[in-house]
Amino acid sequence: MDEEFAFSEASEKEFMETLERYPTKMAALLPALWIAQNQNGYITPPIMEYIAERLDLSPVHVYSVCEFYTMYHKSPPGRYHIQLCRTLSCVLCKMEDIQGHLESRYGIRAGKKTEDGMFSLTLAECLGSCGTAPVMRVNDVYCENLTIAKVDRIIEACKRGETLEEDPMLAH
Amino acid sequence: MSVKIVSRNFETPNADKIDVYESLGGYKSLEKLFAMKPDDVIEFVKKSGLRGRGGAGFSTGMKWSFVPKNVDKPKYLCVNADEGEPGTFKDRKILQLDPHQMIEGVIICCYAVGIKTAYVYIRGEYVKPQAHLHSAIAEAYKKGYLGKNIKGSGFDLDIHIHRGAGAYICGEETGLIESLEGKKGMPRSKPPYPAVIGVFGCPTVVNNVETLATLPWIMNNGSEAYAGFGTEKSTGTMLFSISGSVERPGVYESPFGVNLWDFIESSTGGVRGGRALKAVIPGGSSAAILTAEETRATNLDYESIAAAGSMVGSGAIMVLSEDDSIVKALQVIARFYSHESCGQCPQCREGTYYISEIMDRVLAGDGKPGDIERILEMCPSMLGQTVCVLADSIAIPAKSYIDKFRPEFESCIKGAAATA
Repeated sequence: MDEEFAFSEASEKEFMETLERYPTKMAALLPALWIAQNQNGYITPPIMEYIAERLDLSPVHVYSVCEFYTMYHKSPPGRYHIQLCRTLSCVLCKMEDIQGHLESRYGIRAGKKTEDGMFSLTLAECLGSCGTAPVMRVNDVYCENLTIAKVDRIIEACKRGETLEEDPMLAH
Repeated sequence: MSVKIVSRNFETPNADKIDVYESLGGYKSLEKLFAMKPDDVIEFVKKSGLRGRGGAGFSTGMKWSFVPKNVDKPKYLCVNADEGEPGTFKDRKILQLDPHQMIEGVIICCYAVGIKTAYVYIRGEYVKPQAHLHSAIAEAYKKGYLGKNIKGSGFDLDIHIHRGAGAYICGEETGLIESLEGKKGMPRSKPPYPAVIGVFGCPTVVNNVETLATLPWIMNNGSEAYAGFGTEKSTGTMLFSISGSVERPGVYESPFGVNLWDFIESSTGGVRGGRALKAVIPGGSSAAILTAEETRATNLDYESIAAAGSMVGSGAIMVLSEDDSIVKALQVIARFYSHESCGQCPQCREGTYYISEIMDRVLAGDGKPGDIERILEMCPSMLGQTVCVLADSIAIPAKSYIDKFRPEFESCIKGAAATA
């Protein structure tokens, strides 16, 4: 059973500030789901009910919105959640080799979480970084110009618990 | 000809910091702006010929002029930073490398239209660009460029960031509005257009990041100076995101009217590994494909690309080499549109799924005679039949890929039949 949910003190402050930005309570729904996900890691049915109550919405409205957007997790993702882009520019730059390597070398499979809970992988549609394809996001960090060697460095760094840094953005 | 307008600060370190931006002439346009009447600003932008850089290419000044003047409701600006058209990655550069240029553009737009609240709808994945924008907005408040009575002009403006959560359709302007209101991003029937009834039932302008980021230069240098670049109907410059099988993919700015292939080759170094060019998708994955021959014969401007049967769109140019499969390309983009259809129109929901399913099968070596015809027969029911253009966005490329590269599809299906 999912546990009861309430915003933490920090989340509550953020939520109240968010409400002030909009003329309607409903407009705060996407931000409220982000605040809840940041606090809890994923969105549970009790969270949806809690947010519905706070925003005077029906739980089914919150549920349908939550389901519509791909970035709200409905179950706990891996400690490192990977989104590997599978759209055209990344395919033209051999993202399938990267996907194959994640699977064969590390057992990280699309749509699955590794048994130790460290990694989960989804294949994402265009991440908006086609100039540095192939690309994946690891949690909120863009990992660009991927090669097999670079993927190895990233995964090993994750296993050591290091914080990943994005490459500096180039002018082109 | 190398001309840099929107990307002129991209190579300057820390141009996202307000002190650096000011030292580069940033926020100077506001003095001129506040000395003008709002209606004159709209005329000024109209005269520049600036067209929306998000994909539709509609006149920016004209769009603003559709907002009713005397209404007792608030008006809003929604900045479309939900960059999602496959192949497009230029707004990410602006947001991260030069966010103040966009903020300055927001001020210009809002003053012209009489808007006091702007929302930047930024795609959920752009965490770092959002952080840069967030800091830039805070700096702009601190220096009095945002907030109450900006620089003593009597004009007030607030900018809020609204983070998306992963849905391509929210880049469609009414999908964006629905999403901002706290709903599923399902596009609205038009009319009414957002200019009359937009977000929260109020008059709303929706402008792309790049469109807004172009405004400070136009204010500083004049409409005529901007219109001096490009062609008569495609004025100025645009950021082109070039990706796929090229040596140096990236964002390159160019005036309109140059030869399409010359521009791609001179900026990126040409096809990767010295291979032959097969095809170019000139305006995002919704655009019809151009053969190598067509690419070499076409100029890069709205009218020339339209005459060649495609579109400039969001300026996302994807290059395919002789080694790249057109069949695979169609399978990938069909899967994309099937995944991203919001599902409210049957023609789109079913049509995208149908094409995607056939293409998955064809690519998996299980194509059947008649599959090509099945796709072509589906396309007309997906053109101009739906609330938004997502269905068109797969029907148009699907038809063009098949029309121009039919032997590739046939041999893929024949190969399947032979091995069956």
